[in-house]
Amino acid sequence: MSKVYTDTVTSTEASQDLTLGGSGDNVIVTAGATLKTNTIKDSGGNTIWTSDGSGNLSSVNAALGGNMVLLSTQTASNAASASFISGIDSTYKLYIFKFYDVNPATDDAHFTFQANATDSTSYDETITSATFAAEHTESGEGVAMVAYDTGPDQTQGTAFQVLAKNVGNGGDESGAGELFLFNPSNTTYVKHFYGTMQYYYSSDRSARVFTAGYINTTTAIDDIQFKMSTGNMDAVIKMYGVG
Amino acid sequence: MTSTLKTNAIEPEGATTNLVIGESGQNTVISNNDLRANVLQDAGGNAVFTSNGSGVLSGVNSGLGGAMVLLSTQTASDSASLTFTGLMTSTYGEYIFKFYNINPATDGQQFQFQVNATDGADFNDSAITSTYFVAMANESGTSTSLEYRADGDQAQGTAFQRMTLGVGSAADESCVGELHIFNPSSTTYAKHFTATLNVCNYTSYSTNTFIGGYINDTTAIDDIQFKMASGNFDGKIKMWGVK
Repeated sequence: MSKVYTDTVTSTEASQDLTLGGSGDNVIVTAGATLKTNTIKDSGGNTIWTSDGSGNLSSVNAALGGNMVLLSTQTASNAASASFISGIDSTYKLYIFKFYDVNPATDDAHFTFQANATDSTSYDETITSATFAAEHTESGEGVAMVAYDTGPDQTQGTAFQVLAKNVGNGGDESGAGELFLFNPSNTTYVKHFYGTMQYYYSSDRSARVFTAGYINTTTAIDDIQFKMSTGNMDAVIKMYGVG
Repeated sequence: MTSTLKTNAIEPEGATTNLVIGESGQNTVISNNDLRANVLQDAGGNAVFTSNGSGVLSGVNSGLGGAMVLLSTQTASDSASLTFTGLMTSTYGEYIFKFYNINPATDGQQFQFQVNATDGADFNDSAITSTYFVAMANESGTSTSLEYRADGDQAQGTAFQRMTLGVGSAADESCVGELHIFNPSSTTYAKHFTATLNVCNYTSYSTNTFIGGYINDTTAIDDIQFKMASGNFDGKIKMWGVK
């Protein structure tokens, strides 16, 4: 066994690969030592991951990313709307939008969404949907029920679909929830969605609403917009792709 | 021009110093075999992962893995309760608890939860306003219903929040489901939660329960406890963070 002591090993010429080990050899970084690099590639030169040197990874190989991948985060701060205009394509069969701390500027406003197909320029796709909700007051008096709600549902309507109605705008009032959009890039079938929102109703009650429906178009959907029925909003909305 | 240095080991000249492989613009190629290291960091010294040498990774960079991160698994074996302490932080905007085969020791007990805020000492001081409804059908096919249940909701109550009707204690009876808690570390908003479970009821009904509500506290929530209304239970609960 031989050992070489040096601080730096480089190839003989600039931009020339430095090869460690021959066929059948293992290259071992001794236990207790650390391997530091910003880029790992396979032997074919395909990137496994890249770091910016500050611990932030990018270009992570899909096999290391898991089945539910965070694609985009939008933070609305007194904003009129939040739109996802990239990233919705055939890469994933399911897109999940998660809503955190949705707080309208205007009391009693509704939290809504609409889609835009690839052949269109505005958020006005045709929707047929169903909604029902459970509500219960903080006082324990009055409303304590679950019922179908004809207010937010649509029958071939092109309005923004209500996900939560009459959201409170108090300092500690907000809504949270999620929306599942299935196979939006499909050009054969209509596009199904369902979601649930849990929120602080403007009249001091807990409300959980369930919404489901389909966007009645066979054109691919590539844009989604969220907004209040009136006024601005604060919110964090995250978009995930699944498998 | 290429040259080959043949040796079994390369070490830096001094103790605890760095051995630098390659220069900028040069690729380091591992020939046709594997690279072995227990600790991998980027060039800035930020962890990518650490292995214990037996294939068990820790310190995995957040850029790797899916958007749902398993944080903790607890198994109840004739236990009075399971408590997840201090794991809900601002690291994630949403926490999901999944319940597997929750089987009570005492027949007909409800599975329930309560939280503890960072300024509290027990699971008894966070006011909850919630809704609770069930869809149910019995095994004989003679009874079905969809109904709001006032015995499971709360109006600013500090009791443990029910998530099921009475769970059967027989050997093959249990309940499963999941609970989402949204942004529990917020110090601005009340904390919303949603839960859906399915129960093998002690009266031989399948009962699908839907719960929504908010913890009416603007103090951060960091602890959560699960238990039956009375008696011990078996089961497994997994806690996930959503990036």
